[in-house]
Amino acid sequence: MLADELRAWDGAAVLEASAGRGELTLEIAAEKIAAVCRRLKEEHRFARLSAITAVDRYPAEPRFEVVYLLHSIERNERVRLKCRPSGEAPEIDSVTGVWRAANWYEREVFDLFGVRFRNHPDLRRILLPEEWSGHPLRKDYPATAAKYNYSDETQ
Amino acid sequence: MSDPASTSPRRMTLNMGPQHPSTHGVLRMILELDGETVVKASCDIGYLHTGIEKEFEQKNWQQAVTLTDRIDYLCPLTNNLCYALAVEKLLGLEIPPAAQWMRVLLNELTRINSHLVWLGTHSLDLGAMSLFLYCFREREDILRIFEMFSGQRMMTSYFRIGGLALEPPRGWQAPVAKFVAGFPDRVNEYEDLLTKNPVWVRRTKGVGYAPLEDLLDQGVTGPMIRAAGLAWDIRKSEPYSSYEKFDFEVPVRTESDVYARYEVRVEEMRQSVRIVKQALEGMPAGAWKADAPHVVLPDREKMKTQMEALIYHFKIVTEGFRVPEGEVYQVVESPRGEMGYYVVSDGTSKPYRVFIHGPSFGNLQGLPEMVVGRLVSDAIAALGSTDFVLGDVDR
Repeated sequence: MLADELRAWDGAAVLEASAGRGELTLEIAAEKIAAVCRRLKEEHRFARLSAITAVDRYPAEPRFEVVYLLHSIERNERVRLKCRPSGEAPEIDSVTGVWRAANWYEREVFDLFGVRFRNHPDLRRILLPEEWSGHPLRKDYPATAAKYNYSDETQ
Repeated sequence: MSDPASTSPRRMTLNMGPQHPSTHGVLRMILELDGETVVKASCDIGYLHTGIEKEFEQKNWQQAVTLTDRIDYLCPLTNNLCYALAVEKLLGLEIPPAAQWMRVLLNELTRINSHLVWLGTHSLDLGAMSLFLYCFREREDILRIFEMFSGQRMMTSYFRIGGLALEPPRGWQAPVAKFVAGFPDRVNEYEDLLTKNPVWVRRTKGVGYAPLEDLLDQGVTGPMIRAAGLAWDIRKSEPYSSYEKFDFEVPVRTESDVYARYEVRVEEMRQSVRIVKQALEGMPAGAWKADAPHVVLPDREKMKTQMEALIYHFKIVTEGFRVPEGEVYQVVESPRGEMGYYVVSDGTSKPYRVFIHGPSFGNLQGLPEMVVGRLVSDAIAALGSTDFVLGDVDR
């Protein structure tokens, strides 16, 4: 099994392995993510990064799950990696050095969730304008525009 | 806008888009030029960002189907399908064969529809005006079929969680049969106009080349990967909605240029016709929605005569159904490549998080490399060959 092989390689890398609904999910220690990704790509033929995204578990702490969706065409297999970097403005290592595809996906997660990626070559907002404040996919970001309050108007 | 870093008067930065006819939407490409040669290219996206993933979290599970149409607006049914499959997997629903086959049939018509828009606009970019009109003529037939099924030409929302939105209309077979009988000849017509056309060949052959390893590394999927020599098609490798029961081939080329991508997509249209034909001839009889009263709305007749059905109807309409806690990542082969929905449920009647992995996003990321070192006019050809939809990129 993939989880066991990774555990044999580094005992502290895989925190948990589960296979809900037939989809393998590995929870990875946040500081090991880049090394694990490199290992999976080079030793386990996960040549493709399908996408990177995040889930906000607000108000739980650590609130963000960064999700890596990996795919191996050769093995015809998919695996999902999950990291939970801690803090209000969490940081995690970039995997752009492993797959170039990570570049835009990490920018998107930074833009919409405010998770920062260390060693990213160009960490800017990608979908929203540069001067935007806030990160819309956070659960504490309002989904509708603020309502105008007429009672505040002076008469 | 001259580049201050360079002293050469030939160097300039050209802003292509966001309003430019060949960017097929609102994409901004920043090209650094030396004369007419592209030295550096980068894309600026986000002009069409609507926050649709946030919007998913505000709708209940079934309402969110209507959002999926609007993501990749050239293949709404593929989006419907991918989302429905993901939620059905969370719910553990069994979809009856008739609904599965109908999904395949309409999904393949969608693929043809999308490829037709691509072929028409791509050839228009490169100066072949008449093909655009032919492609849109055939596309109109497909849109009429969609309208017949769902009442909508584009935003169909026809695949719902649990099956189809409506029973297929009486006599639906005739227009579909007419279309598949006539369409292969139309494809021959397109090929007559382009395949050996010296202008087309010179504008596309060897243009926009990128090696397979680079494409995979950049996250490119779909016809572009197949045009680079890898026979990877999710319909074959991870079949869904009973695609394993259909007989079709995955076209592959090895040149990895604009011409090869053209050949792959044209062949895919022919293969799609084959699939539609098989679905039409072998369409199983039976129910078109799942036997799951807590998810699928009851028939009108039952709702008015049975107490239990009335209760379910009331619950589904007012509150929506609940989806068990968990998460899935469902992928399908969209006309543009790997489309994935990562759906997270917290056990309530609204999605907790929906992430949409649009194939156009990855495909566009691979674009700058294809245009560097070539002329601006080649950049237009390469851009067209990636076949992106900005709604899918920006979401």
